[in-house]
Amino acid sequence: MARSPALRPAVAALALGLAATAGAAAQDPLPPLEIVDLAIPKPLTQTPGDPVAGRLTVRNTRMATCLICHDLPIPEEPDHGTIGPPLAGVGSRYSAAELRLRLVNPKLINPDTIMPAYYRLAGLYRVDLPYQGKTIYTAQEVEDVIAYLLTLTDDAGTDAP
Amino acid sequence: MTEQWRSIMPLAAIVAVLGTAPLLGQGWDASRYEVDGKKSGYLYMDETTRLLQDDDFLNPGMFAVDAGRALWERPDPVSGVSCASCHGDAETSMRGVAARYPVYDPKVGGLVNLELRINQMLVDTMDAAPLAYESDELLALTAFIGSQSRGMPIEVAIDGPAAPFFEAGKAFYFARRGQLDLSCAQCHDDHAGDRLRGDVISEGQVTGFPIFRLLWDEMGSRHRMFQWCNVSVRAEPYALGSPEYLSLELYTAWRSSGLPVETPAARR
Repeated sequence: MARSPALRPAVAALALGLAATAGAAAQDPLPPLEIVDLAIPKPLTQTPGDPVAGRLTVRNTRMATCLICHDLPIPEEPDHGTIGPPLAGVGSRYSAAELRLRLVNPKLINPDTIMPAYYRLAGLYRVDLPYQGKTIYTAQEVEDVIAYLLTLTDDAGTDAP
Repeated sequence: MTEQWRSIMPLAAIVAVLGTAPLLGQGWDASRYEVDGKKSGYLYMDETTRLLQDDDFLNPGMFAVDAGRALWERPDPVSGVSCASCHGDAETSMRGVAARYPVYDPKVGGLVNLELRINQMLVDTMDAAPLAYESDELLALTAFIGSQSRGMPIEVAIDGPAAPFFEAGKAFYFARRGQLDLSCAQCHDDHAGDRLRGDVISEGQVTGFPIFRLLWDEMGSRHRMFQWCNVSVRAEPYALGSPEYLSLELYTAWRSSGLPVETPAARR
């Protein structure tokens, strides 16, 4: 007899790694990620996230990066975006696991969100040639950015870390 | 006289009679750029970019208009025929044309925009070579012809045989695409006025093409803008003049219905 769904923890494994494009055959598919209660508890890499590297990633204007849409406590960069909510204090609002799902694929929380999925290959349409088979951030960049965002607590200064 | 000429002529004549507003240099009151809650990209530009458009002597797009006027009057070296040989004074014959393009063309069985119509005329009527899409010459001619509709409300036909193309363009507009997985609508419907870093997202109204864009430092067509947007969301662009972009052009022109033609607009 099947267990009642209500008694089961919300556990789902999502295979995010099925690159649909031909030519991406040499690309390692992304590993399946275990999602628990709208969060991804397990880090994507063995190397712990580096908040200093993460801060450089979020302000790198050559990447499709947080600063384009979000205001961040990075005073030396002008012109922060206003599309998404400001991220000051985000480290007090979410855990690492919750931030990880929001970076990996925020559409699993809100299918209509404008925010891109930073670590997803499947389900995309007409990806331009230079980006086929590539995630927006690498797994390590995701971990670094999480480590940086966790420093943005409510009592953090404006120039952390 | 060709079939095309006959089909265009009566409409152009009607438009010339009805279009009583004088040709306005840009420098309109800002209220003219907002119609029925729709705002031209002009209203999303900063003051200095607006000033570029406000004064015909400053607007770099006017160089293209002037070049287009010269091409309009220049006889083809082989046939000896110019646009003006048949169409005469463009201020009369071309008034209102750009405001209603793209149109369904039964001969083609699909949509034709201003660029493709000019090339159709060159090849079929003047026995001349077509101009490359996005070439200086084609941009100049479209800027010149487009400027003849300045101040006139955009009004395209989306019914009858144009309907399926309109639906295709609408589907394109709402489809998420590219590595960033964004549709046109998510930015231009949902986030107009918000800042994307230093840039302000406009409503994507297509009132001023071809435009002089500061980022490009040159003129660009509607289809070049579509390509630029697609590439920006890391999506594979379609070809200039492709059926996909012609349908999107019809849909976006319909979105801009009622807004006045600003060709040649200056944009960031």
